[in-house]
Amino acid sequence: MQQQTKDHATLAAQFNKNEPRVDWHDETLWWVRTKRDIAAHTLPEWEALRDLASGIKNNVLSNMSAYLAAFEKKAVQNGVNVHWAADAKEHNEIIHTILKRHGINQMVKSKSMLTEECHLNHYLQEHGVEVIDTDLGERIVQLRQEPPSHIVLPAIHLKKEDVSNTFHEHLHTEKGNNDPNFLTAAARQHLREKFLTRRAALTGVNFAIAETGEFVVCTNEGNADMGAHLADVHIASMGFEKIIPLRKHLGVFLRLLTRSATGQPITTYSSHFRRPRKGQEMHIVIVDNGRSTQLGRADFRNSLKCIRCAACFNTCPVYRRSGGHSYHTAIAGPIGSILAPNLDMKQYADLPFASTLCGSCSNVCPVKINIHEQLYKWRQVLGKDGYTGKAKELSMKGMTFTLSHPAVYKTAGKMGRWFIKNVPFVVNNGLNPWYKERDMPEPPKASFGEWYKKNRK
Amino acid sequence: MEAAKEDTQEQYAALKAEGIKSSRDAMLKAIKQNQPAFIEAPSVPAFVPYFDDALQKYMDVLKAIGGRVYLVNNYEEIIQQIEADFAGAKKVVSFEKTFAAIAEMPDATNDPHGFADVDVCITTSPLAVAENGAVWISNKEMPVRVLPFIAQSLVAVIHKNSIVPTMHDAYDIIANEEYAFAIFIAGPSKTADIEQSLVLGAHGPKIMTVFIINE
Ligand code: SF4
Repeated sequence: MQQQTKDHATLAAQFNKNEPRVDWHDETLWWVRTKRDIAAHTLPEWEALRDLASGIKNNVLSNMSAYLAAFEKKAVQNGVNVHWAADAKEHNEIIHTILKRHGINQMVKSKSMLTEECHLNHYLQEHGVEVIDTDLGERIVQLRQEPPSHIVLPAIHLKKEDVSNTFHEHLHTEKGNNDPNFLTAAARQHLREKFLTRRAALTGVNFAIAETGEFVVCTNEGNADMGAHLADVHIASMGFEKIIPLRKHLGVFLRLLTRSATGQPITTYSSHFRRPRKGQEMHIVIVDNGRSTQLGRADFRNSLKCIRCAACFNTCPVYRRSGGHSYHTAIAGPIGSILAPNLDMKQYADLPFASTLCGSCSNVCPVKINIHEQLYKWRQVLGKDGYTGKAKELSMKGMTFTLSHPAVYKTAGKMGRWFIKNVPFVVNNGLNPWYKERDMPEPPKASFGEWYKKNRK
Repeated sequence: MEAAKEDTQEQYAALKAEGIKSSRDAMLKAIKQNQPAFIEAPSVPAFVPYFDDALQKYMDVLKAIGGRVYLVNNYEEIIQQIEADFAGAKKVVSFEKTFAAIAEMPDATNDPHGFADVDVCITTSPLAVAENGAVWISNKEMPVRVLPFIAQSLVAVIHKNSIVPTMHDAYDIIANEEYAFAIFIAGPSKTADIEQSLVLGAHGPKIMTVFIINE
């Protein structure tokens, strides 16, 4: 991918040129969020599960090295090859080396945000290896040479007409046929041929179990399994934070994951890979790529609890109205805005400002990450590290973005009111130029919009 | 300043200087240095299911996620129903002897690519979960891993008393199972990646049927 020079506000402004599209994006993601609410509210123990998940992840963070070593030992006993990659480069090289050894230059890949983070496709392409993404949404954006705009719904920024045009161009489907059933059937046929002819498959990892050395992959489409069970070589890439202690902890995480993501009670497939099938080679690549640094940052280590459900995206008034591509990083949304500056503060200095700090993300997060507080803390870190000028400029831009988009600021306003009342220090801080010159001791009784109008006079 | 990048690189450089050469050892050391003080994992309590009738819940949920479900009394009924539902099917396979009359028993050691033309795969399952409609299938019931995915339709046969209320109950049962590969399958393969319109049959089966033997 080319070096990004534009910041979130500029890219969001581009996305906002197509108003009806933005409205659709906003409403569709809110609908997904609503489905999540219904699923969550069905379980009386929902909050207890969130506490448990967060507690188990606290234990994981505090005992990470021992769990990883135990996992490796078990996985090796299970006949799996375990590799360790300190950074993205090493991850990509390890995978290329495995493929080279088998003389393989074509691979299918199911969803793995880690490989996006490492720019694996690009790397392998440069080394003469073709990678086909097999998740439908990912295949659509791959054909269009775009990155995914959402970690669960990779093509959510597109309409069926776009998909139809893309398929017409690349898969020679009937022009103007926009029926999702027809388009999905075309993709099924197209990708089935790939599954049946590729000798290597790469999958992500949703959970890796220290106790047993197995790993679990969740999909609705079945693409991870179609790839892995037909390939001679199965490679699974995982960030080291995917580890959980016991198999029975899956009960907690699988109950939370899909309900938070799409409102389904579970994904169609939850596949437990323990040993390679006879004659197959299985590899796991455990990746650091800045995670150990994040683990050492007391204020930000909780971000490593993330199970990638994207609930924080769907609820975020800024994400919904600025689109995933405006975050110019593999993982967009509120959590991506915490993870990206850890990788590169300079390139991603704008992201912690792409938020109203309304706190809705933290409220929906199934593992109870204090997302909005971390965004606020990043602003402070960036300020301390010589970004104060930049911070003001970015924050101003962020507010300008929020205030010039009524839907964002109405939603932000409703939650913002609660926020100002309950967590006043967050908004009334030296870094936020909007509040700097304005004394704001009391939460406004009127709406944020009215308050703003009055104060502007 | 690009603190994070530098920190990681510095930490790794220091570890290498100490003589730690492999990325494995360097990663484990860096992680150990940076992880917080030990925190005990909470124990998972027994939650009281929020529904009374696990059988009814299972059937309701499976239907809601696009599955088909039949409550039957015996294997004869299952065979009749399969014959009716999949009248046009050319290749039906099962590792369960009970279905020998309607399904061929494949050779599990065959190349998995040879199963690309399977219309219907029939399997048993020892465990199902009421709250999400899933069945549990391990390599014991299904020695060919790709079959439940590559078949156009999947049929699973369970017993009423193997339905447990929640995933916690399920993992209590399979906590110490020795399997090479196992899956929870909940309904047919699906996608909503085009404008969030739900389409059944993404890459796996378009139809998923569960027969519950009522005994
Ligand atoms: S931060 Fe929480 S809500 Fe956001 S993707 Fe991760 S687990 Fe889901």
